[in-house]
Amino acid sequence: MLKVEGLSTNYGAVRALDDVSLTAEPGSITAVLGANGAGKTTLLRTISGLARASAGLVLLDGNDITRTSVEQIVRSGIAHVPEGHGVITELTVEENLRLGSLHRGRAAAPMQEIYDLFPALVERRGQPASRLSGGERQMLSIGRAIIGRPRVLLLDEPSLGLAPRLVAQIMGLVRSLADTLGLAVLLVEQNARSAMSVADRVVVLDLGHVVADQPPQELAADERLRHAYLGF
Amino acid sequence: MTNFIDYTLNGISTGAIYAAVALALVLIWRATRIINFAQGAMLMITTYIASAVISATGSYIFGFVVALVSGLLIGAVVERVIIRPIENAPPLNAVIVALGLYSLLIAVAGMIWGATPRSFPSAFSIRGYDIGGTRVLFAPNDTFIVLVVVAVALGLAALFRGTAIGLQMRAAAFKPEIARLQGVRVSRLFTLGWALAALCGAIAGMLVAPSVFLGPNNFDPILISGFVAAVLGGLDSPPGAVIGGLLLGLVLSYVSGYEGSALVPLAALIVLVLVLMIRPTGLFPAAAERRV
Repeated sequence: MLKVEGLSTNYGAVRALDDVSLTAEPGSITAVLGANGAGKTTLLRTISGLARASAGLVLLDGNDITRTSVEQIVRSGIAHVPEGHGVITELTVEENLRLGSLHRGRAAAPMQEIYDLFPALVERRGQPASRLSGGERQMLSIGRAIIGRPRVLLLDEPSLGLAPRLVAQIMGLVRSLADTLGLAVLLVEQNARSAMSVADRVVVLDLGHVVADQPPQELAADERLRHAYLGF
Repeated sequence: MTNFIDYTLNGISTGAIYAAVALALVLIWRATRIINFAQGAMLMITTYIASAVISATGSYIFGFVVALVSGLLIGAVVERVIIRPIENAPPLNAVIVALGLYSLLIAVAGMIWGATPRSFPSAFSIRGYDIGGTRVLFAPNDTFIVLVVVAVALGLAALFRGTAIGLQMRAAAFKPEIARLQGVRVSRLFTLGWALAALCGAIAGMLVAPSVFLGPNNFDPILISGFVAAVLGGLDSPPGAVIGGLLLGLVLSYVSGYEGSALVPLAALIVLVLVLMIRPTGLFPAAAERRV
């Protein structure tokens, strides 16, 4: 289980995250919503060690990983799919996947398991990732994240730039990964409706603060919150 | 016709040395976006160390091995101690630091070994092969030079294309942050990249020293030629560095043979200017989405 307690992050004089607390349970999806600049990406970057926390704790199964290196955090079982897919376009599809499995050695999932999950990647395995479409790149980045059998999956805007049909497909896939692999998923999204359709819990951020943390049904019923922070 | 064959063979041999220096520059550029202007001085130091070992033991092979090991160590130390603190600083800082390191190493070499150039032994005979009663400008030592550089290029290709650490090094060079998110220890790989680059430089120093002699400033022209070769090849591409080195070696050999050796430095600069004007990305440009 991933637990964030009173987390704050500064970029110079700007406080991007302020006293944020939330929990991501195994087998569940916690959606993090909010407008641009709300601190969603910073939250994921701080959890995965890319940004340094100025206060607060990040606990993975009770162990404090707040000031651990990025590499160590990944090895401890947190996979982060950054905004813009994060595939390495100069490498082939197979090399991208292999890269994600190296730190786990024999404990990594077999490559075929990923190809079974994403059949579209099989034909492309020997091609540079630069030739993939947006949807295929997203599949590759998620495949590369889960090949290392993480316990927590941080997903930053997986729907960005995708057609609505693909967005639904990706969200369905995320739901299925949480259910079948028991992953704790922290899903950052601009596309609030899509995220709420698969989430078990929704955290709304505004200017670095948590302004709501509740089940999606309750949030959907709260017209004031929806209008103020989610724009629908 | 005999002259042309001679100049061509000579061009391949000197081009192989340029290729080794270009490889050293390209490996560092790919990983850290720094042009290592101290590369010539670093390879000068390793060649001096090899010279001392050869003088003391009488073994060229032992001196060669010590040069390679000292190259690896110097490259790693330079990255950890001098380059890492300025890793995220503006690019000009790295240029100034590299030039400072160059000056420091030249001064240290002068203090230890003196400024007078000294001879350096070759691995094999420098007497050209006798082919059909004609002596050509290509000797057993040139064969050694070409084979060593080919072995280095193939070794690097095998490392980058065929091993896990090579895959991680490529990932770290292309997208360091994404590589870190895959558990890759990027800073360690940068150190390894500098060590490998200095190894290539040390090899180039050993190969070129018999013909330029060993002195604190005697390797400066080889750095310039290596830089031109690297730019010609695309600066990002190890195969491009090898091909760029060979092409430059041929061009400069023809210029030297037909027009005189005094024009060689000018010809190198003309090649550099022409490449930058006509094809600034070199013969083997990196992918458009490349970044470090």
